[in-house]
Amino acid sequence: MKLGLKIALRFLTSNKGQTILIILGIAIGVSVQIFIGSLIQGLQKGLVDKTIGNSSQITINSNLEDRYITDYDQLIDKISLSDDNITKISPVLDNQAFLSYEDNSQSLLVRGFDMDKADGIYDISNRIVEGKLPTAENEILLGINLKDEYGISIDDEISILTVDRKSIKSTVVGFFDLKVSTLNSNWGITTLKNAQTMFENEEKISSIEMQVNEDSIFITDEIALNVLNTIGSDKYKAVNWKEQNESLLSGLEGQSISSLMIQVFVIISVVISIASILAITVIQKSRQIGILKAMGIRNSTTSYIFLFEGLILGFFGALAGILLGVGLSFAFTKFAINADGTPVVDLYISYSFIILSGFIAVAASILAALMPAIRSSKLNAIDIIRNN
Amino acid sequence: MKKILELRNVNKIYGTDIKTQVLYDINLAFDTGSFNSIIGQSGSGKSTLLNIIGTLDTATSGQVLIDGNNITDMSANELADYRNKTIGFVFQFHYLLPEFTALENVLIPYNIQNKPVTKEVIDKAKERLKLVGLEKVMNNPSTKMSGGQQQRTAIARALMNDPKMILADEPTGNLDSDSTETIYELLRSINEEYKTTFIVITHDRKIAEKADRIIEIKDGKINLDIYK
Repeated sequence: MKLGLKIALRFLTSNKGQTILIILGIAIGVSVQIFIGSLIQGLQKGLVDKTIGNSSQITINSNLEDRYITDYDQLIDKISLSDDNITKISPVLDNQAFLSYEDNSQSLLVRGFDMDKADGIYDISNRIVEGKLPTAENEILLGINLKDEYGISIDDEISILTVDRKSIKSTVVGFFDLKVSTLNSNWGITTLKNAQTMFENEEKISSIEMQVNEDSIFITDEIALNVLNTIGSDKYKAVNWKEQNESLLSGLEGQSISSLMIQVFVIISVVISIASILAITVIQKSRQIGILKAMGIRNSTTSYIFLFEGLILGFFGALAGILLGVGLSFAFTKFAINADGTPVVDLYISYSFIILSGFIAVAASILAALMPAIRSSKLNAIDIIRNN
Repeated sequence: MKKILELRNVNKIYGTDIKTQVLYDINLAFDTGSFNSIIGQSGSGKSTLLNIIGTLDTATSGQVLIDGNNITDMSANELADYRNKTIGFVFQFHYLLPEFTALENVLIPYNIQNKPVTKEVIDKAKERLKLVGLEKVMNNPSTKMSGGQQQRTAIARALMNDPKMILADEPTGNLDSDSTETIYELLRSINEEYKTTFIVITHDRKIAEKADRIIEIKDGKINLDIYK
């Protein structure tokens, strides 16, 4: 084997032009793979993040007739222990009501949040464009659209009409912008405590919302199942974002498949080019192989020569490809930028993906060297010597 | 005298559909330490005979015994190992590895054994190169040497593993007459110093006559077998 490696190295260094060309070929393949992979992953992450990054990814509702959940502190503890991937849990009391201001009225979803916990999901404190978070009784935060539509300003008093026809005066303490128009015109946010008093739902909530860590965003269905198994699926039901965003999901899936296809074809073209060049090398070096066999080299050792060539070419090709691919990706985020200086597409540089791409390239190179290796082991010394 | 090599009823037939018989019932034996030449016209079967002796080719029927071992029973790997230890080859077209220097080429038969390359081994390779008069150019790439130098390097390489037998197929076929003379004197001196058995194919009768024994092959049969 050592001799195989030695001869392989010497063959490769004796024809530097050809060697560099093959390494460059592999490197370009690997860099395209890394660049496309990072681009698609970045696109997907951006899209997912924009769509569900600031919303509930799994929502637990009650199966009971009145749709309310009691003893929720205990339930939240149970849920947080049911799956390690859950990062944020927040109780919510939602009530449909009417907003009345001066002569105008419209429907309003009054959401009672445990502010600290809900902030983790909705990032409300950063979405406030004016005013502050509601803290005291009868304080409410409204969507920015309502401010423009009805001319409401901070410290104005609005009336909330419950379904029981009760009218409650509330003070507007601020406006939020969640970047979704329907939410900006339909949500009113208040504290959980206040919502419970307002709608006479003491010690009750309507749902528990949660988010999971980034890597498990696509297994929320499994996590939801784990949660239900812990808290009992007879009393509760769970909805995850994948059920609610099927079209987005199929779009993402289409993207993933097309990205995978591109990568597979890149690998195939790399394999074919290495295999064909190494096949030519076997013919180029057949005299050397013949004389080595006459001197008593074993057939297996001649195979090692070409397998090592594949390994060395693959290794350096992958290394150069990784550098090139990461450089290309970096340049892309640096030069393809929006007017405000943020990159058009945030690339997602995943080390495991890069290492995997490198390993695939090395494995593909060894695979490509397999045919030439077998061919060289079958070369007959006598044919070469006789034919000169 | 002890026989290093014996051929018993060796036949060689090429082809499966159209059969061409190249060797007919060859019976030969070679003494240890002898210097033999094989002559014959091209196509007479002399190279085939040498390749069968060198275990590169196999006889269609008959037996080949080297040092009493029947090589017809050996596996490909056993043959390769045996060839490495027992036989040195010198071909007409030198067949050095152009990617390696003269010294590295000489070391290759040893490298094939996968044993550690010690200083003693390198000294031995240098010794062999000195024997063929190439100690000054031993670190030259083999492509940067003259034809005669390349052939002498090939001889030094054939000697590296102290083989019992050196087989040479037209070793001077590609060289001018001066180099031819040098190479033959070298081969003879090695034969005398190391008692290595030589079997040399040549078409040059003048050269052949310097051997201890001349075998002429004609149409696949032994036409002449003269001891001097």
